[in-house]
Amino acid sequence: MIDVTLVDAGRLAVQQEMRRDPRVWVLGEDVARGGLWGQYRGFLEEFGAERIVSTPISESTIMGAGLGAALVGTRPIIEMRIFDFVMCAMDELVNQIAKIRYMFGGQARPAVVVRMPHGMWRNSAAQHSQMLESWFVHLPGVIVVAPSCAADEAGLMVSAIRSDDPVLFFDPKDLWLAADRMPAGEIQPIPFGKARRLHEGGDLTIVTWSAIVPKVMEAVTLLAAQGVHADVLDLRTLWPWDEAAVLASVKKTKRLLVVHEAVEVGGFGGEIVARVIDQLGTAHVKVARRLGAPRLPIPFSPPLENQIRVTTEKIVAAAMKAARE
Amino acid sequence: MPKKKSSEKAGSGHNLARLTELYNTMTRIRAFEETALTAHKAGEIPGPLHVSIGQEGVAAGVCINLTREDRITSNHRGHGHALAKGAEASRMFLELFGRAGGYCGGKGGSMHIADFSVGMLGANGVVTGGIPIAVGAAQGLKMLKSKAVVVCFFGDGAINRGPFLEGLNWAALYNLPVLFVCEDNGVAAFTATASVTAGPGVMARAASLGVSGVSVDGNDVVAVDAAAAHLLAEVRGGVGPRLLHAKTYRWTGHTSTDAAAWRDPVEVSAAKAGCPIARLKSLLIERGAANVEAIAQAAAGEMTACRSAAHAAPWPDPATAFDDVQDVGAVRHV
Ligand SMILES: Cc1ncc(C[n+]2csc(CCOP(=O)(O)OP(=O)(O)O)c2C)c(N)n1
Repeated sequence: MIDVTLVDAGRLAVQQEMRRDPRVWVLGEDVARGGLWGQYRGFLEEFGAERIVSTPISESTIMGAGLGAALVGTRPIIEMRIFDFVMCAMDELVNQIAKIRYMFGGQARPAVVVRMPHGMWRNSAAQHSQMLESWFVHLPGVIVVAPSCAADEAGLMVSAIRSDDPVLFFDPKDLWLAADRMPAGEIQPIPFGKARRLHEGGDLTIVTWSAIVPKVMEAVTLLAAQGVHADVLDLRTLWPWDEAAVLASVKKTKRLLVVHEAVEVGGFGGEIVARVIDQLGTAHVKVARRLGAPRLPIPFSPPLENQIRVTTEKIVAAAMKAARE
Repeated sequence: MPKKKSSEKAGSGHNLARLTELYNTMTRIRAFEETALTAHKAGEIPGPLHVSIGQEGVAAGVCINLTREDRITSNHRGHGHALAKGAEASRMFLELFGRAGGYCGGKGGSMHIADFSVGMLGANGVVTGGIPIAVGAAQGLKMLKSKAVVVCFFGDGAINRGPFLEGLNWAALYNLPVLFVCEDNGVAAFTATASVTAGPGVMARAASLGVSGVSVDGNDVVAVDAAAAHLLAEVRGGVGPRLLHAKTYRWTGHTSTDAAAWRDPVEVSAAKAGCPIARLKSLLIERGAANVEAIAQAAAGEMTACRSAAHAAPWPDPATAFDDVQDVGAVRHV
């Protein structure tokens, strides 16, 4: 095992794949100087300015040029800098990248990775903190990845780069610089659609992903001290998502709580709850509930931000209620 | 399909064979779209059609200068671009009709015809959508050390969307092999483009980003061919992007269901009097070409046959609606 941050893990994965495949390259603002978090540090020296391309602040063209370059046989990693800026490239992502294979009857495969660091981070306020991953699960044609630890960041990144499907890769900003460990040596791809079990328990199932995962695990420890044992699944990828693992767990516990940092209303938790009830039937599900943020923009000031944040305490309370009801 | 040779210095001398090839392409585009319009009126084609009748000289004059390996991106009015780049009319008709065997298997229709095998990277239903894709394709080709270039067709209405500025800046910045072709028919859908466009227009906007170009009468295919040949030679020489501004006129309304009552009839008759195909025909006759009528008749016959074949062709198997979404995570049931 090696000591790494998630930033390191992502960097090692991209570096490994760029060494393996000369068609892989990166484009985005400030990437040649290493990226905002150092996720591309050293790339300019190793790969040269043609494969680590610092671009103008032109999100439509960063996204669209990535697509065009994929259509002639290269494999671009499109760096959006911060998730919220993808709003300036929605046509290129939603109308072009996600549609082009289908619309052209399979003639094209847009093999791109779109990297979008998302979520709250250091009081960045309403335009630099959003989590809208559920929008993209709603979008046919793409894969949606949202890791929460270094090993997953690395292994899922390798899979993303090797995928012929377009992959939307949501790096968890709030966890990016956290200390973590991952296996040493060659990074193995982690398949999409396989959840990771973080804790075993029979009292309720907690399904979660991305930056909130460490808080869920803090809550799980507190819950265990009070005699409530949760079965915890980190989905890791939201499309495809590991429905089989979730169903198997809820079959056992009969109680489901989905926890995400994103706004609860219209969040992906709603889809999970609906599928579970649909597949298992109401007789076999005692509780199926979500815990997410209230439907508000993210405020700036720390006490305001903390007011709306999904905290460990809120998770403990929601889980307790779900387990005991 | 006419074979394209990159080595041939286009425009030089305009020999009879080249003029004949241009005429063949233009009459095929005209016949394709007139036949498609008739079929649409007869209820044979679902969805909207955007035809480019009157603008054929631009597609033909530019694409005669391209090799098969060169790529193009197109827009919503793209039948001419596809045909001129070498796409098969029969498969295009099947696609317009939504039938099996069409270029997109019936998933695209008129607005999404693509033929990657001849370097036609797709029409586009979003105005300006092709510009970022074109510059990226050029960047990728350059990275792969290809000699191919990219031609990006767009209308005058496209220059008011942000990706126009972004894309030209990008192509100039990275010195990319792109020829931008602005097909300036004076209107954007139903609106006179000048009435919604500040400043002197596309040439000045491009020049401000360091992209030089040439403005031509787009209804004079010989002039288009010569200008495109000149600009593409520069682009192939590695100088970076260039712009071809082709002034033309669209005879019809915006879509197949628009009777174009809003157009000034005097303007329309003037345009028809200056028909780019008729102009080329006169030139051919003047130069002693013998087979001019036969070319136009063959084009009409070809397209009529394509229409009948498409009408008789089977619909796609409904189950194919589930194909070609994605490899992993594809939904396979209703
Ligand atoms: C982004 C976008 N906005 C609006 C439309 C609707 N629309 C389709 S074609 C068109 C006019 C485009 O003008 P131009 O490119 O000059 O071509 P024209 O159709 O006039 O020949 C419009 C507004 C669209 N397809 N995409």
